[in-house]
Amino acid sequence: MAKEKVTTGMKVKDSTGYKVFTVFNTIIMILVCCATLYPFLYLIAQSFSSEAAIVAGEVNLIPKGFNVQTYVSIITDGKFIPYYWNTIVYTIIGTSCALFFSAILAYPLSKPELTANKVISPLIIFTMYFAGGMIPNYVLMNSLGLNNTVAAFILPGLISTYYVILMRSFFETVPKELEEAGEIDGMNKIGVFFRVALPLSMPIMATMALFYLVQYWNDWFDAFLYLQDTSKWPVAYYLRQLINSATSTSDPSAIGDSMQIAANIKSCAMVLTAAPIICVYPFIQKYFVQGMMLGGVKG
Amino acid sequence: MATKSTTIAPQSPGNQKVKTGVAKHLSEYWMLYLMMLIPLIYYIVFRYVPMLGNIIAFRRYRAGSSIFGDEWSGLKYFQQFIADQNFWRAFRNTLLLNFKYLLVSFPITLIFALLLNEVRNVRWKKFVQTVSYLPHFISMVIMAGMIRELLSTSGPINSLIVSLGGTAINFMALPEWFTTIFVVSGVWQGIGWGSILYLAAMSGINPELYEAASLDGANKFQQCLHVTIPGILPTVSTLLVLNIGSLCGSAAFEKVFLLYTSTTYETADIIATYVYRMGIGSGNYSYATAISLFQGIINLVLLTAANQASKKLTGSGLW
Repeated sequence: MAKEKVTTGMKVKDSTGYKVFTVFNTIIMILVCCATLYPFLYLIAQSFSSEAAIVAGEVNLIPKGFNVQTYVSIITDGKFIPYYWNTIVYTIIGTSCALFFSAILAYPLSKPELTANKVISPLIIFTMYFAGGMIPNYVLMNSLGLNNTVAAFILPGLISTYYVILMRSFFETVPKELEEAGEIDGMNKIGVFFRVALPLSMPIMATMALFYLVQYWNDWFDAFLYLQDTSKWPVAYYLRQLINSATSTSDPSAIGDSMQIAANIKSCAMVLTAAPIICVYPFIQKYFVQGMMLGGVKG
Repeated sequence: MATKSTTIAPQSPGNQKVKTGVAKHLSEYWMLYLMMLIPLIYYIVFRYVPMLGNIIAFRRYRAGSSIFGDEWSGLKYFQQFIADQNFWRAFRNTLLLNFKYLLVSFPITLIFALLLNEVRNVRWKKFVQTVSYLPHFISMVIMAGMIRELLSTSGPINSLIVSLGGTAINFMALPEWFTTIFVVSGVWQGIGWGSILYLAAMSGINPELYEAASLDGANKFQQCLHVTIPGILPTVSTLLVLNIGSLCGSAAFEKVFLLYTSTTYETADIIATYVYRMGIGSGNYSYATAISLFQGIINLVLLTAANQASKKLTGSGLW
């Protein structure tokens, strides 16, 4: 009885306590948002600012000496755009191949009636926990003669085991009855996959498309390892070189002023490189949250 | 399908059926096997061949020789790296950086997910989520570029320090700052994405449990403690297993590679960056492979141990 009194007493107290908590919680969330957005806003402000203002360290969240000249020159000087174009091409090829090959692996793996899966699944999952390191991969790529080819950029990340497992989990939820109905309608198993299972799996395909797109768009290391030919560089790798060259102060001819011009260009290039993905992911958010939910973290 | 074949099998007598068991399975499912043929070849060539390629840790490899090396060299390369001070520095840094990051980011991400779960306004919640996912989607190159801009001697952080009367710090060149930069930027980049799995687990908790708890007089905090946290415990333990399993791993490679300089090797150089410099940088392929094989085995042992511990303590593990 005494306990009940205490709890009802607490309830009243708690509702004010909970209000305080809500205010506190809202403040924390606002702080998280600000802290997350600040570096982006800083970068954007810098990209629209004049060199002089950046040199003086006056730019923070608001552009000083507002101009779009840096963007105009970056887009028209013909140095940046070819790399950007490379990235677009690689991303489209890479993402579509990755999606296709991951799906045609994940779908058969989702069928428990395929007895060989008892062997194949563990062998595939094992590659998540133990892999050939950087050197054996590098040696393999070179011995396959893929050095300095676009294939060396696309192939290393073509099938991600974790994504295959996410897809497999989704395919497991496709109703068996629909697939059987498809077979009764005279489709073979491959036809069932393309015409029944795949159209029902658009949420996971959208999620995977985004993940692979992000992977290829952002990748620079495979280009760094394998693409010696400057004309083949993706924009992320070009950006890395741009940032690196601009920050090396060992060159005595790189006096303060020209370095700051570089800072200006760097910001522009970073904004332009990040922009497409930042514009895309919020629209697929619903799907990828669902997709991650389905797969969980288990193999 | 499986039950079908077992019910048919006893009816058909004898030897012949044993042989046709496989043939029948193939004749029914060959298309599905055909479907995964190319991906399986991919796995053999690009996952298993490099795995076997680790053999060059025990064999001498020269540029231009077969990917499995030329002749046996025994444990020579292992003995070499065990006597290598720089290897032990990289080993220590790998463990320390990963451990410190885990120590900070794991609870923060969990707390963020719990707090976000209490946000009642659906649109505001979704907005916070969208914003918090943002850093996950940018290239590590941009991430590193941002860090350098923010921490440069004329950047906003140093401007603040100077305006408060301090002197500007050259953060990127000082080894004592590397861990902090690494951990803070990692939390910044990972907090939102890391919370997805927790939020997913929370949304899977039966709402009746909350109703029952509140009927029993549990306040919001008690509900969180006795309903939400037990509900997400399997997810928490699985993620912890994965994280502990990768304590000696190379997940940080790109970031460290983009952020470190020769002046910060003391705290920044990790196994993966050392392997890169030794192997691809200076051409000591076998030596570098010996180090990375050693690392891979430690990871496997750590993961297995963490998994066993998790199974014992919480009843759920990775496998």
